[in-house]
Amino acid sequence: MTAGELVLVGLAGGIGATCRFVVETLVRRRWLGVMPWGTIVVNVSGSLLIGGLAAACADGALGSQAYAVAAVGFCGGYTTFSAAMMDTVRLAQVGATGRAVLNACGTLALTCTAAAFGWAVVAAVL
Amino acid sequence: MDPVPFEGQGIGVRGRRIRLVAAVAAGGALGTTARAVLGEVLPHDGGIPYATLIANVTGAFLLGLLLERLLRTGDETPRRRLVRLGLGTGVLGGFTTFSSLALESVELTRADDAATAVVYAVGSVALGLAACVAGIVLGARSARRAT
Repeated sequence: MTAGELVLVGLAGGIGATCRFVVETLVRRRWLGVMPWGTIVVNVSGSLLIGGLAAACADGALGSQAYAVAAVGFCGGYTTFSAAMMDTVRLAQVGATGRAVLNACGTLALTCTAAAFGWAVVAAVL
Repeated sequence: MDPVPFEGQGIGVRGRRIRLVAAVAAGGALGTTARAVLGEVLPHDGGIPYATLIANVTGAFLLGLLLERLLRTGDETPRRRLVRLGLGTGVLGGFTTFSSLALESVELTRADDAATAVVYAVGSVALGLAACVAGIVLGARSARRAT
């Protein structure tokens, strides 16, 4: 990766993080409750997107540089592992153990499913 | 300097909001760049994607440390909110990634290495949770020493 590409990846990450912040804020306003839906929404939607991007890149429809910016940059900034872990631990700390387990396992299962689905859809279309 | 709490003085609500978004954006760019550099240093050619794993587990640890320390050392002021959003949501949110974890797990499975995929995915979450808890414990301890 050149220095220029790294800068673009970083910028895309900044945009991704901002989008995450906006989405999480909007979701939190609508869904009052202890389950961290904001984090779940960004992680699953971001995984859906990266799956599609990866299929497009594998097909040759998306160049490797553009892919790096979109996937490593945007999707990487948009999704978050640290917040998902934090949410899980906080749920357990307030006694919502079942929901903590659901958050951890569910996020993992849904994001992987979303990535596979995103890939399958784009691969089928291209 | 913190903006004063009265409307019409200091930078006001809108200025504060812009500052928060800017902190998230800047932090996110920084964290993402750090993750990308790590990815260059530890490239992924089959097997476990160590760059993503290290970034995720380290980020989970640091977020636990940051948020617990903030929680324990006082109520949220505008400056502390800026720190939380800039470093937590921004830097660490950008440094860690769930999309790469998910994609890499799927790619490993597609390459007929489902066993590695499961070890990687489940291992990431297990290590991530442990790291987060460790960060929280350390954060609480450091707060006790500071106050």
